[in-house]
Amino acid sequence: MAIDFQNVTKTYPDGTVAVDDFSLHVPSHTCTVLLGSSGCGKSTLIRMVNRMVDPSSGSILIDDADVATTEPVALRRRIGYVMQDSGLLPHRRVIDNIATVPRLNGESKADAHRRAHELMDIVGLDSALARRYPKQLSGGQQQRVGVARGLAADPNILLMDEPFGAVDPLVRVELQRELQRIQTDLRKTIIFVTHDIDEALTLGDQIVVLKKGGEVAQIGTPENIVEAPANDFVAQFLGLDSARRSLSAAPREGGGWLVSDGRGRPLGVVNAAPDQRSETD
Amino acid sequence: MNHLVEAFDLLLDAESWSGPGGFGARMLEHLWYTALALIISSAIALPVGLAVGHTGRGRALAVISSGLVRALPTLGLITLAALFVGIGLTAPMIAFVVLAVPSILAGAYAGVESVSPATTDAAKAQGMSGWQVLIKVEIPLGLPLIIGGLRNATLQVVATATLAAYVGAGGLGRQLFLGLRTQDYPLMLAASLAVILLAIILDACFEFSQRLLRRLLGLV
Repeated sequence: MAIDFQNVTKTYPDGTVAVDDFSLHVPSHTCTVLLGSSGCGKSTLIRMVNRMVDPSSGSILIDDADVATTEPVALRRRIGYVMQDSGLLPHRRVIDNIATVPRLNGESKADAHRRAHELMDIVGLDSALARRYPKQLSGGQQQRVGVARGLAADPNILLMDEPFGAVDPLVRVELQRELQRIQTDLRKTIIFVTHDIDEALTLGDQIVVLKKGGEVAQIGTPENIVEAPANDFVAQFLGLDSARRSLSAAPREGGGWLVSDGRGRPLGVVNAAPDQRSETD
Repeated sequence: MNHLVEAFDLLLDAESWSGPGGFGARMLEHLWYTALALIISSAIALPVGLAVGHTGRGRALAVISSGLVRALPTLGLITLAALFVGIGLTAPMIAFVVLAVPSILAGAYAGVESVSPATTDAAKAQGMSGWQVLIKVEIPLGLPLIIGGLRNATLQVVATATLAAYVGAGGLGRQLFLGLRTQDYPLMLAASLAVILLAIILDACFEFSQRLLRRLLGLV
C-alpha cells in the first residue's frame, strides 16, 4: 500500500495556506516521518490521507487510486489512525475502545473482543486492564490503547499524528521501541508526524523535513539527513549546528576513541571506528 | 400556623385522598399533565437541540428564541390560548409545552456541545458516520446535561400545572383554586404542599438517574 501525494495544496477559507504544492512518495511497508515545527502543515497532510481534510487541489493516491473517489467513512475504517492524547472514547471500556472499528465493520462482539485481547497483547497491555475506562489508565497506557485501536481492523496503512507527544520522555522512548518491534512484525505503511527530531531519527525509514506551508526542506533517510543536511534550515532543525550534535573523537589510551560533544562533555567511547578496524587489528 | 396544622391534618386524612375529586386522583392527573407536556416538548426540543449541538448551526437562533419564549407569562399565555381553543386541557398544555421547550432545548445542545471536539474528531477518524458520532458518542456523553434539561423542564411544568385548573382542566390546581374561591386556606395550603411533595419526589428521581448514568458511563 504505497501512498502518493501529488501537488497537494490546502488553503483554508480564512486564506491560510497550510500546504502549498506538496508532493511525496511513501513506499509500502515503511515508516515515513513528517518532521517539522507547529504550523508546518504536517497534521493537515496526514489528515488528507483519510480525508479528515480534503485538499484544495492536487490528489492523494493509495496504490494509484485517488482517495477522493472513495467514500470517507469506508476509507477511514481501513486506515488506522492514532492521535495525540489518544482520543479514546471516555465512556467506553478499554476493550470496547479497541474493538471500535471491527464493531463498526459489523464483526460480532465476541469476535471483536477476541481480536482486541490479541491486540492488547501485541501492544504490551496487561489484559487485566481490559475492563477499565480510559481515564483510569496512565498516559502511556492510553497511548498503547490508541495504537491497539488503530491496528484493530488490521489496516495496511497506519497514520500516527504525534501519538507520543503528550507522554513523558522515558515512556515515549519505551513506546517508540514497542512501535519499532510491532513494525518489524507487521510491516505496515506508516506515516508518522512529529516535531521531535530524535523520534524521527529513531522511527523513520524516510524522513521529510518540512518548513512552513508544507514546503519540503529535505527528504532522506535518517543517515542522509544527519550526514548531509540539504540546507541551513535542516541543519538548524536537527541541531547540527549546536554543540549537542557536533561530536568529536579523540584517541584513547589503550585504543579506541573518546567521543565528546561540542562543549567538550564526554558522551561515550567508540572501541574502534568501523573504517579503521583493519588498521587496529 | 393553625392553617398549616389543618392542612397537614387534611393531607394525612385518608378520606381526602380517595374519590374522583380527592388528592389521589388529582395528583395522578397532575402527573399525567406533566408527563404529557414533557413528552410533547421533548418530541419538539430534543431533535432540534441535538441537531443544533451536532451541526453547530442555528445556535444563536435557538438561544434567542428560547430566551424570548421564557419571557412569556404563562398565565397570560393560557388565557390567550383558551380564547382560541376554549376551556379544557389544550390551552394549558400549549402553555406547558412553551414553558418546557427552552430548558430541554438548552440541555440538548449544551449536552452535545459539552463533548470534547477531540473525542468527536477521533470517533470520526476511526470511521464513524455523522449519525454514529451523534448516537454512539455525543448523546451518551451529553446525557447527564440532556437529562438535566429535562429535569429543569419537569420542575417548571409540575409547579405550573396547577394553572390547568384555571381554565377548567383538572390536576392539583383544582383544590388550590377551590380553596382560593371558598377562602378555605387549609385546603389551598394542602394542595400546595402536595405539589411541592410531587416536585421533590420527581427531582429526587432525576438526581438518582443522573448519578446512576454518570456511573454507567464511567464519568465518575
